[in-house]
Amino acid sequence: MSINTDENLGPRREGFLAERSEVREPVGTPLAHATLFRFATAGSVDDGKSTLVGRLLHDSKAILADTLDAVTRTSADRGFGGENGSTQKIDLALLTDGLRAEREQGITIDVAYRYFATDRRSFILADCPGHVQYTKNTVTGASTADAVVVLIDARKGVLEQTRRHLSVLRLLRVPNVLVAVNKIDLVGFSEDVYRTIEADVQKVAAEIGVTDVVVVPVSALEGDNVVDRSAHTPWYTGPSLLDILETLPTTDELERGLEPFRFPVQLVIRPQGALAPELASADDGGASFRDYRAYAGQVASGSVSVGEAITVLPSGRTATVVGIDFAGFPLERAVAPQSVSLRLSEEIDIARGDVIAATGTFGEVSQDVYAELCWLSTKPLREGAKVLIKHGSKTVQGLVRAVTGKLDLATFAEAPASGLELNDIGSAQIRLASPLPVESYARHRRTGAFLVIDPQDGNTLAAGLVKDHPGDHEDERYVI
Amino acid sequence: MSTQTIDTELVQAAAPLESLNSLDLLESEAIHIIREVVAEFERPALLFSGGKDSVVMLHLATKAFWPGKVPFPVLHVDTGHNFPEVIEFRDRTVERLGLRLEVGSVQAFIDSGELAERADGTRNPLQTVPLLDAIAKNKFDAVFGGGRRDEDKARAKERILSLRDEFGQWDPRNQRPELWNLYNGRHTVGQHVRAFPISNWTELDIWRYIARENIELPGLYYAHDREVYERDGMWRAVGPVSEPRPDEQVIIKQVRYRTVGDMSCTGAVASDAVTVHDVVREVAASTLTERGATRADDRISEAAMEDRKKDGYF
Repeated sequence: MSINTDENLGPRREGFLAERSEVREPVGTPLAHATLFRFATAGSVDDGKSTLVGRLLHDSKAILADTLDAVTRTSADRGFGGENGSTQKIDLALLTDGLRAEREQGITIDVAYRYFATDRRSFILADCPGHVQYTKNTVTGASTADAVVVLIDARKGVLEQTRRHLSVLRLLRVPNVLVAVNKIDLVGFSEDVYRTIEADVQKVAAEIGVTDVVVVPVSALEGDNVVDRSAHTPWYTGPSLLDILETLPTTDELERGLEPFRFPVQLVIRPQGALAPELASADDGGASFRDYRAYAGQVASGSVSVGEAITVLPSGRTATVVGIDFAGFPLERAVAPQSVSLRLSEEIDIARGDVIAATGTFGEVSQDVYAELCWLSTKPLREGAKVLIKHGSKTVQGLVRAVTGKLDLATFAEAPASGLELNDIGSAQIRLASPLPVESYARHRRTGAFLVIDPQDGNTLAAGLVKDHPGDHEDERYVI
Repeated sequence: MSTQTIDTELVQAAAPLESLNSLDLLESEAIHIIREVVAEFERPALLFSGGKDSVVMLHLATKAFWPGKVPFPVLHVDTGHNFPEVIEFRDRTVERLGLRLEVGSVQAFIDSGELAERADGTRNPLQTVPLLDAIAKNKFDAVFGGGRRDEDKARAKERILSLRDEFGQWDPRNQRPELWNLYNGRHTVGQHVRAFPISNWTELDIWRYIARENIELPGLYYAHDREVYERDGMWRAVGPVSEPRPDEQVIIKQVRYRTVGDMSCTGAVASDAVTVHDVVREVAASTLTERGATRADDRISEAAMEDRKKDGYF
């Protein structure tokens, strides 16, 4: 039986929906063609991270006059030059310190989000503090980042902290890694210093397994190579940091064509009597929507088109996509990360937490998960702990059967362990109360990620990254 | 005033599917968050003042649940000093969408002696008590707000799902890490969550979206002639709660409001932006922040917003 086809959906151009198909912005509208790019910074105050962020915001004109005035006044109070707003005389770090305690103590406590835009892109910058709980903050910032900028002080070169940062980025599979060699002015814009650090970075990155690292010499304080290419570094022929950020591909752009379709169902939309008023008051009284039933969610990976075969996980039932709705606007195809509703050919039992996948692209659902855990809580992990696992739109109980190792972030090697503490990253084996369609994070970022939640107080304990089961073979995962 | 006609020099700017533009991505992110909260909470509500951010929130909610109606009530904390045209717009919008409106009244709390009028006459900080009262009375466990991280330094550090304790307080030093697009809404009895689906939008994004989606707003967001006087570098409307002092000269000026809040502390800006596209251009070229230009209450100290949020403010 075919239900919910476009033919029996009746009038669709009602209310605001009528305008959606004629989405227009006038010629010259700022940002009309801009895409969205998310990046994070990793490094400590000593590396000049806050100054770099302040410089990016300032030079891209994201700091407005009243904010700059306030920062200039505070800088003057603290002994900076502070004359006529010249950036070299203000404390750029003040632009990013948000909370009272941070300003009073001169530290950064938490991940802060900043926004700026160029003609090509709107940027969301997750500014991750380095000193306090750097693993927690770097994991948080990197989890949504299309790129991460790691800072190195040109006077110090590659430190253990750099290795730790690169390890976290490797683990989270951040698609683009940039290293900014900062304070290049303090080493006399020396090419030799830059070349040495660049070689060290590439060597360490290769050891850890991070590829295609771009290394840029910058002076956040003076502005060299941050927004514009610097005349002080004629030996550096690459683009400025901002130029690179403007042109790197986003995670979704990189993965859209490669990954199979996955769609965690958030809600079943079945309005019956509770139709939107403008539809209920249509000529037919909303009769065409009486049997409407669609599955709402955000495309986690890949794409789906009308007519394609899908399989529901974990039940394994199959159907065909007969319609894709975006707020009353029918689409032929939806791609990650669009939020849409799918209508299916069969009325099958689908609930929140199920995953709709392209048929033939998924192996077996599993009750045993092997995973890397980034432990983010002061409450330590012990074997035998009962936890909640949130994966996609489903939360199930889990039992931590074993902690099998702890990662040495400086070497990316695993040592034996039986528990994890705050900021540790280690491996664990978890038994689930009911099966989940988990996949290896190494191949499926979205369906390979989960949260570990404390069932008592509800706090987030860890970020989980699914690993292949021991003995798994890649081929088997694509056979049903 | 509110419905803008589209001029003829327009070009098709909807990005092809393969290159979703920034508005498409922000919209999908917000809809995902709204749906998560509705799925995971028993009694959500949306803070709706008739201001542009809450209007955009409501528009996103209608899209998230189409063809169903928005499955939660809206809550307005009325300072008693709101612009009449905004209250009229609020009521009309709620009726159009068939929603239930809950109102928490600052005036009622002042009348009963539970709140005291401030010496400066500003009522924005007084909204916290009626807000928490309405949340408790209605047993709301999740409250959607239109807060954006670009508004303020403290907001820049707040999570999309922000846990509040029994006293509605925000503890900035003890926030849950927010990873990937997995939101943790677990809470215990007495706690509730404030949800900010448009955290990642900027003022310019909001206006571009209003233009693109042809969303109706209260007329005072567009340039109009008004009786105003200058105070603290802002244009204040002449009204019952914002009387000019004898030395302040009243003139008629073309102004618009960038934010719409309590009349006693919201200032207008000089503007000739009559259409939504004019406003988009004006916002893009602006050299002042939204709150700095128009909100007296945020000028009190560098940490004014942080202090209010810790006490349970929006």
